Amino acid sequence: MENLWNLTLGSGAKWSGIISKGKLIRIRALEDGANLSGLLFNAGNLTESYNMPDTLKAQHTSRLTRGNVLMSDNGRAMASIVEDDLDWHDPIGGYTTRQLTDEKYGKTTFQENQNEWFRSGEENLAMELMRNGLQFRDMVPVFNLFSKIKVDEFGDMHFIEGHCKQGDTVTLRTEMDVVLLLSNTPNPHDPRKDYPSVPVEIEVLPAESVKEDDYCVNYRPENKRAFENTWDYYKLVTQ
Amino acid sequence: MTMLTKVKSSREAADAVYDYALPAGEGWMYELEPGQVLRLVDTEGNQAADTLFYDADNPEDHFSAIHTISAQKNVYLTTGSKLISESGKELLEIVADTVGRHDTLGGACSAQSNTVRYAHDRLPMHNCRDNFMLQLAKHGESFTKRDIAPNINFFMNVLVTPEGGLSFEDGISGPGHYVEMKAKCRTKVLISNCPQLNNPCSGFNPTSIRLLVWDQ
Repeated sequence: MENLWNLTLGSGAKWSGIISKGKLIRIRALEDGANLSGLLFNAGNLTESYNMPDTLKAQHTSRLTRGNVLMSDNGRAMASIVEDDLDWHDPIGGYTTRQLTDEKYGKTTFQENQNEWFRSGEENLAMELMRNGLQFRDMVPVFNLFSKIKVDEFGDMHFIEGHCKQGDTVTLRTEMDVVLLLSNTPNPHDPRKDYPSVPVEIEVLPAESVKEDDYCVNYRPENKRAFENTWDYYKLVTQ
Repeated sequence: MTMLTKVKSSREAADAVYDYALPAGEGWMYELEPGQVLRLVDTEGNQAADTLFYDADNPEDHFSAIHTISAQKNVYLTTGSKLISESGKELLEIVADTVGRHDTLGGACSAQSNTVRYAHDRLPMHNCRDNFMLQLAKHGESFTKRDIAPNINFFMNVLVTPEGGLSFEDGISGPGHYVEMKAKCRTKVLISNCPQLNNPCSGFNPTSIRLLVWDQ
């Protein structure tokens, strides 16, 4: 399939942009141990965003993998996970703050360290929110691609090291016109001390139209209803 | 199964400066001063109190479920849990809890999420996010729907499994169980006393919760 666009996001880098519905976003870890934090907003209505509790609750899951749909707070399918080498992406670990980044990896500043300074998810996402007409008040729980956090029977959270290997790939399909915000910053639960952020490659390709027997649509009855809500929405906002 | 830590409070209802029974399905917004203590009582048991907090001195800074669980590296809340905002500010601390575990991941029901979880014909049913929006609308300031971040469900038992599952279990709360928290700064509290009629956890019978406030 024709590759429409690609970008390599280096350690600590950020990106945001509008991606219309019906596209594949293929993301590949270029080294072991990647973590890419993401948020989604409806490009046609920025008050609608990816909602972690609604996504998890509807699919009875606390991890994200193939078949899962990233749902909005308006009950719609925003993007689906159509391919996945990893079987587990983290929706509950959150993003690094400036304070945690300084405390954990040592304080860095641009003046002192220039391009080697350590960026935080908090600042990266705050800037990309502002770029898209949003504010820090719009910050909600992110999804962390490539990371795995297990929760034991006591509720304690355990980051699983060595989960993501070089070359591991996950592919999202946009079901809506979305604003995608990305921050290639560490998972806050990653115990490694050496600023664990590695480059990822992003390719965007056209997706085939969603068929009745689509894996993500039929993954759960809840998913089908979320898709139906999205299709219904587009009956009104497109010709 | 986990041993749940239960801590009782020494505060007496007679000393409270505020005492109100919030009916099922209604919203409530209140401002706590630093040092004030708020108690939520699960009057009849297995009710869900969907709760959000804002820094009253900077209402754009909402409660963060994920910063809260990340700071304590545990997804459940109980006595000793510090409730943290998106900017990292400590808003409150849970100082007593006779239930032992409260949910941070299940979020609040909405008309739209009810269509996804149950059936399209549930759209007209009353729900927590409508309560949140009505309270924020009445409260003025500059609140919008975008200020509705993922909330706490006090008294709810939402289990996360080591295999990555998530399930709503029967409640571990009961009649008269309560949770009590102390404000660390001026904090706005937003509650929707859940009107959920689709969820067997409430026995399809939402009930009132009692809200008490002490000055210390």
